[in-house]
Amino acid sequence: MAAFGSFCLLIALVLAAYNLLAGSVALRLIATGQPARISPERLADTARRAGIAGFIAVSGAAFALVWAAFTNDFSITYILEHSNRALPIPYKFAALWSGQEGSLLLWAWLLGTYGFILRLRHKTDVKLYAYAGTILAGVQVFFLLVLNFAAPPFSLLPGYVAGGAIPADGNGLNPLLQYPEMVIHPPMLYLGYVGFSVPFAFALGALMMRYPGEKWIRITRAWTMVTWLFLTCGIFLGMHWAYAVLGWGGYWGWDPVENASFMPWLTGTAFLHSVMMQERRGMMKSWNVWLIFSTFLLTMLGTTLTRGGLVSSVHAFAESPIATWFIVFMGIVLAVCIFTYILQRGHLKTEHHMESLVSRESSFLFNNLVLLTACFVILWGTLFPIISEYVQGTKVTVGAPFYNRVAVPIGLFLVFLTGVGPLLPWRATSFKSIKRNFVLPVIALWVTVIVCLAVGVRPWKDGALDSGSFYALVAFSVSAAVLTAIASEFLRGASVIARQTRRNLFAATWLLTRRNTRRYGGYLVHIGVVVVVIGLAGSAFNRSIESEMGLHSKMAIGPYNLECMGFTQDSNRNYSSEYAMLDVYQGGKKIYQITPERRFYLASGQPQTMVAIHSTPEWDLYVVYEGTNPDTGQPIIKAFLNPLVDWIWFGLVVMVFGTFVALVPSLTPATAALRVPAVRAVAMASALKGGD
Amino acid sequence: MRSRAFSFWTRAVEVAALAVAICFSLGASAPTSRLNILSHRLMCQCGCAQLLGECDHVGCPDRDTELSMLSTGIAAGMTDQQILDSFVAKYGATVLAAPTTKGFDLVAWVAPFAVFAAALLGTILLIRRWGGLGGKAHSAATLVAESSDPADRERLERIRRETGANDGF
Repeated sequence: MAAFGSFCLLIALVLAAYNLLAGSVALRLIATGQPARISPERLADTARRAGIAGFIAVSGAAFALVWAAFTNDFSITYILEHSNRALPIPYKFAALWSGQEGSLLLWAWLLGTYGFILRLRHKTDVKLYAYAGTILAGVQVFFLLVLNFAAPPFSLLPGYVAGGAIPADGNGLNPLLQYPEMVIHPPMLYLGYVGFSVPFAFALGALMMRYPGEKWIRITRAWTMVTWLFLTCGIFLGMHWAYAVLGWGGYWGWDPVENASFMPWLTGTAFLHSVMMQERRGMMKSWNVWLIFSTFLLTMLGTTLTRGGLVSSVHAFAESPIATWFIVFMGIVLAVCIFTYILQRGHLKTEHHMESLVSRESSFLFNNLVLLTACFVILWGTLFPIISEYVQGTKVTVGAPFYNRVAVPIGLFLVFLTGVGPLLPWRATSFKSIKRNFVLPVIALWVTVIVCLAVGVRPWKDGALDSGSFYALVAFSVSAAVLTAIASEFLRGASVIARQTRRNLFAATWLLTRRNTRRYGGYLVHIGVVVVVIGLAGSAFNRSIESEMGLHSKMAIGPYNLECMGFTQDSNRNYSSEYAMLDVYQGGKKIYQITPERRFYLASGQPQTMVAIHSTPEWDLYVVYEGTNPDTGQPIIKAFLNPLVDWIWFGLVVMVFGTFVALVPSLTPATAALRVPAVRAVAMASALKGGD
Repeated sequence: MRSRAFSFWTRAVEVAALAVAICFSLGASAPTSRLNILSHRLMCQCGCAQLLGECDHVGCPDRDTELSMLSTGIAAGMTDQQILDSFVAKYGATVLAAPTTKGFDLVAWVAPFAVFAAALLGTILLIRRWGGLGGKAHSAATLVAESSDPADRERLERIRRETGANDGF
């Protein structure tokens, strides 16, 4: 199987290289109109078919690696190091992306899949798709070069090659990765990373061919949104994994790998917003092109920084010396982008200019500004240890306190813009309309401030500002204002539809959303973001307690009392475990029993905690079995009370739902009865002026 | 009209500020643990890349030593800075969870705000150049002439769109 896998990778490289070269030659011939012995269109089609065949070859290689994991082929070094016989079946799949070589193969396979879909849909716009397909082939050539020469996943054990025996069992999968979410988190994240290659290819292709209009943006809209959705889900799944597995009570530690996934998300989000200005008003064309270029480069930079070992990370298990390859590739990509932009920038002239500082356009501009500043802060924080070492010879740590102090205020400003933006009309606005639109949100903001203060949220402690509580107070109040603003937008539109069609408000809201899925789907995503922010703000009030617990020992945290009912042990082929049985009481009544666990994985010889979590919308009771005190022999239990954590996961659900809504084509009014003549619309607007 | 609107907002802000002041004065704040605060400004040195106050490794070779050193420093009446300096002297600069505000480290803190300020200024200047604040493209008078209120115009457009032809955001 190793030979088959290696052969597939080599064939895939040859096919991708042909796709790149033949595609480039064909497009050049078409562009210049030079006569050639072979028809450029036919040459371009052979390139496209090579791309499709390349996908099949990469799929063969991916299949070979998974097959090797399932059949315990420990003659392959990668399988020996990342799998073992007792590994449960779902984690055999996870072995594909648990190490550097497998991750890169997954990347290449996903890129091949995206390319396959793109090439099948080439009739949408043959020329533009030919450009995009050729650019994707260029990216694929890079990954296949790395897989064939720098990080081959099918390398055989040196001992086996020298005639030695194959080890009876493998070293097993890293215990940190033996958690259900690790089966879906990396593929989801990679779908996001790799997916941005598609809008990148279209943007670069459209620029190269001086593609007229905004059609390429409309073509890639669904690609970009789906990619963004995958990346969002991947990031949140990673957060949940960190929360449930690492056992420190948090979900985001500003680790370089987390930062690496967050940076393209920020620029991708900026792109999703700013393309609307290009579609609506023909503005920010250069900006959009560079946003998508940056997003693509950031997906590469993240891999370079973390997997290349340039910065230390908890994800160090996947390090290997491939950073140089990535740096060279990024340099080439950047040079191509700059060269193409300089050559074709005349094509990107804006059609309209901004007319007012207070308008929908300017809110998009400020939104982009804040998102990119946040991206810079994270990039700066991630790179600063390297810069510091270079400048002053000593490495420094840039951890959570830095990001909390710098990135959190920026994030809160962004949430504020989330509410403000949709309330501003395109082009320009007036003080009167600002007052009309903002009264309710401002009232909601101040009512929330007062309520929070009344229930005990104090932004200072011992005479000094308590930044955690202060930010939480701001987050709650701004979130309330934003939710009010979005709700009022829904209500305004729904009330018009309700009057027009004589439906109830709920049905009218549903119809309104279906009439403009993109707009109202976007609002739903904003609601999801706000719900997430509320959940994140809850972390300012986390509490924890740690103590040794013997039989019938008790521990109290918040409204809960925990009583230890015993400890027990268990084992299977994969791991042995010990866990505590803790009865949880609330108000003197037993409500449930939780069993925090500590496992010892036999193959890798590493321990791992399995946190017991009881979630309610108000808070999570999060209990960690930390092991036994070597001095006293007593088990140590650490309990956390983490408020509002469920809101984070619920916010993700709302964001996913909103994105799906935005992806669904809007309903076109089928009946003339639903259409409103302009005169009647004017009358309605006049009525609304008084009522909304 | 403008002065009436201004006085409305001034009054609203005054009422809100008063309400906040009243609420701020309610109750007393809880005492803060210096140990907790300082342990979140230091890194655990066991290689787990976690804050000292959040290291959850049983049998961690460094956590207890560091916490003990921290407790001793607090008990001895040392200031926060003296305690942090003693950690840097023992473990090196990487023990601090964030760069200091001295020397080159200050750049870490200043750069994000400088970039944000520069970008903000640039954006505002760009909009001004495009004629937004100068009223070149659309003065208030032009707006009134074109339509009564941009918000109305936007709403009209949207109503037409949502009840007729479909369009984007």
